[in-house]
Amino acid sequence: MLPQLAGLLPGGDNIVSLIFQVVFTGFFVVFMFYGQRIQMMVMLREVESHLRRLKLIRDDGRKVAMETIKEIGKPVGDPTERIDQFLEYIAIAPQSMDPSGIVWKLEHVLDVRDVRFKDEVKLMAPEADEAQLNNLENTLEAAMALNMIYKVIRHFYLLGKKTLSLYIIMQIQMVLPLIMQQAEAYAQALRAFSVGQPIGDGAGALVAATLMQGYETREIARDVVAATVPIDGRTAYVLKAKGPGGNVGKPGDGIRQIIKEKKGKISTIIMIDAALKLEGEKPGEIAEGVGAAIGGPGVEQFKIEDAILKNKIPVNAIIVKQDIGDAVSPMRKEIFDAVDPVIKRIKRLILERTKKGDNVIIAGIGNTIGIGQ
Amino acid sequence: MTDSVKPVRKISPFLLVIILIGFILSLSALFIAVQSLIEQTDILNSYSFLAIGFFGLALSVYMLLQTRGKPMHVTLELPKVITTLECPKCDFKNIRDFQKEDYIFKETVPCQKCNETMTITAIYREAKKKK
Repeated sequence: MLPQLAGLLPGGDNIVSLIFQVVFTGFFVVFMFYGQRIQMMVMLREVESHLRRLKLIRDDGRKVAMETIKEIGKPVGDPTERIDQFLEYIAIAPQSMDPSGIVWKLEHVLDVRDVRFKDEVKLMAPEADEAQLNNLENTLEAAMALNMIYKVIRHFYLLGKKTLSLYIIMQIQMVLPLIMQQAEAYAQALRAFSVGQPIGDGAGALVAATLMQGYETREIARDVVAATVPIDGRTAYVLKAKGPGGNVGKPGDGIRQIIKEKKGKISTIIMIDAALKLEGEKPGEIAEGVGAAIGGPGVEQFKIEDAILKNKIPVNAIIVKQDIGDAVSPMRKEIFDAVDPVIKRIKRLILERTKKGDNVIIAGIGNTIGIGQ
Repeated sequence: MTDSVKPVRKISPFLLVIILIGFILSLSALFIAVQSLIEQTDILNSYSFLAIGFFGLALSVYMLLQTRGKPMHVTLELPKVITTLECPKCDFKNIRDFQKEDYIFKETVPCQKCNETMTITAIYREAKKKK
């Protein structure tokens, strides 16, 4: 064997060693001049294969949305064109050069968008009831997100190919695993929305719904219901988005309304929401703290913070941890099982932080799809 | 919804060239080995060449098979979702697959035992079994 190995090195005198030398030199020269281009080709190929998968996911999402609308909404004509137009829908954020009053401008844009979405869905699915309309709206929003992800990745892929810029391709290739994870989460969400299954993000709404069981509810703000629940001698105003359709409501308005009704006499606010976990943390883990536990574009959080500041009300937060995939896909058992421990913590907080006869607000934040009240 | 992404080529030409070079080298090693064996010269080296040749050939074929384009499907695993119904009177529990229009706290069918209306108390995704 040794002579052959020696032959592979320069100085060997057989034909194989000669071929190996030529090939080795060839590789060296090719990689010296075209190394970066080869690296770029490999990256482009990887992006291309992911892009193909994204396209399949996007097309599948569109198909599911279409089938659901046809099945539930019983449209008169073919809704395909309208759905395709809907998937390209845009909302332009307000100008922030003069940030004063931007929250209300953003709220207005979001309200207009919401009304427009609901009207569009009603036209697409005239036979759907209110909860189904909300579910269809959520389904279409997930399909829209998938369409947007696909188009952004395609944009960078084609731009990278056109400019042959390693850095354009590299930046998209580096974030691709996270984007694919997000796309797959949205694909799961789309299916959950289409059939109205509760999702992980609804953990807060589920806690509130459990607390308000057996008590009368009233609509306190747009798409927000509240119930008055006695807990250990205190009066708790429990609120959540109106279910069981896919809805997050306007909890900020709900909390403000209760504060107004009680003339600011609220001892504490407890907000329960789903929050993104870090890798290594278990889904369904609970954490406690202070501050307004609410996501989204920030309008509702601003409203809550504004109201509590004016009335100097302490705000406590309880979060149920989960990853992005769990937050938008059918609720995991671990997250469902977190409801009882969260209620225990709420009761403990009320006992520790308030006196008998006090008023407390308990706000279950999140999408209430598949959760009644 | 227009698409301008061309389908991916099944095999990259760059990889194909590498496989081809490997294949030719393996064949030449086999040729040298067979020639040495027929001529009964340098038997020990010819066996080494034979091993190198077969190894190279197997590697080239393996790489070629690995690069063959496989049809791509969206394999999104749909999780099994469970609905639990409970009777508020006799605590009878019924666990079944999720059905459309189920939602938590929905009052559904009468209880099999006491005829009281059952309520959906839980809807959750079944945990994946670890392999």
